[in-house]
Amino acid sequence: MPSLYSAAMRMTRNSSDAEDLVQETYLKAYRAFGGFQEGTNLKAWLYKILTNTFINTYRARKRRPEESDVEDVEDLYLYHRLGAGASASIGRSAEDEALDYFTDSEVKAAIESLPESFRMTVLLADVEGFSYKEIADIMDVPIGTVMSRLHRGRRALQKALAEYGREHGLVDVHAG
Amino acid sequence: MSEFDRHDAESAADDDGVVADAHVADCEETVHRLYHYLDGELTDERRTAIQAHLDECGPCVDVLDFEAELRRVIADRCKDRVPTQLRDRIAELIDHERLTGGAPPA
Repeated sequence: MPSLYSAAMRMTRNSSDAEDLVQETYLKAYRAFGGFQEGTNLKAWLYKILTNTFINTYRARKRRPEESDVEDVEDLYLYHRLGAGASASIGRSAEDEALDYFTDSEVKAAIESLPESFRMTVLLADVEGFSYKEIADIMDVPIGTVMSRLHRGRRALQKALAEYGREHGLVDVHAG
Repeated sequence: MSEFDRHDAESAADDDGVVADAHVADCEETVHRLYHYLDGELTDERRTAIQAHLDECGPCVDVLDFEAELRRVIADRCKDRVPTQLRDRIAELIDHERLTGGAPPA
């Protein structure tokens, strides 16, 4: 339940909706368990119910940001910025250590700042560890869509994290 | 960006028609496919080509380590404590379903 609840928190961005979403997911899963085919992935099946429930319940409330609000950034956006700032403040080859400075709430806020479709795709891949194929099944979209959302969503996430890095003085102020 | 998204079977190793020579990726290709590599979503051939490049390129290993560490940090920081009352409520609701065969609680 912990990872399902965390996923619900990132999706809904508040604990009251997340609790309702998890409760609804468990009840639906319990009722639908007869339709669960042995040999298929139980975790993916649960996340599919979670995702569908979220979309059906919350999609009506169109909330920003939209996918089109996300500007594209270059490869290795965060690596280049943390590298430059971190070397100056905490020593050389310290990019990895710089990541330790990010707090739980910063990482959560960075994920929650992403447009919904990017947020859910990044969540399923990078937090839950699902494969592209599993994510395509869970979200009911083509695998190419999963890949392009991951590509853009991860870059947007790096940009959001770089903002927090800047606040920690980890990012070279001269980096763009 | 569009090339990154393409999932076709186009392969640099096949272009020159030499099958025996294993292809070694360059830095550009390695960075380009880094996330697919980390995701475990590359063909064996491409994975081998990138592995071969990583064996001989320190800067690309640094980048790979960073991106892998970033992912670990993201997953690690995204945990939330499940409220006790939520666990209790769900257990109660499921018990109720089991006993009544799905009739909604009064």
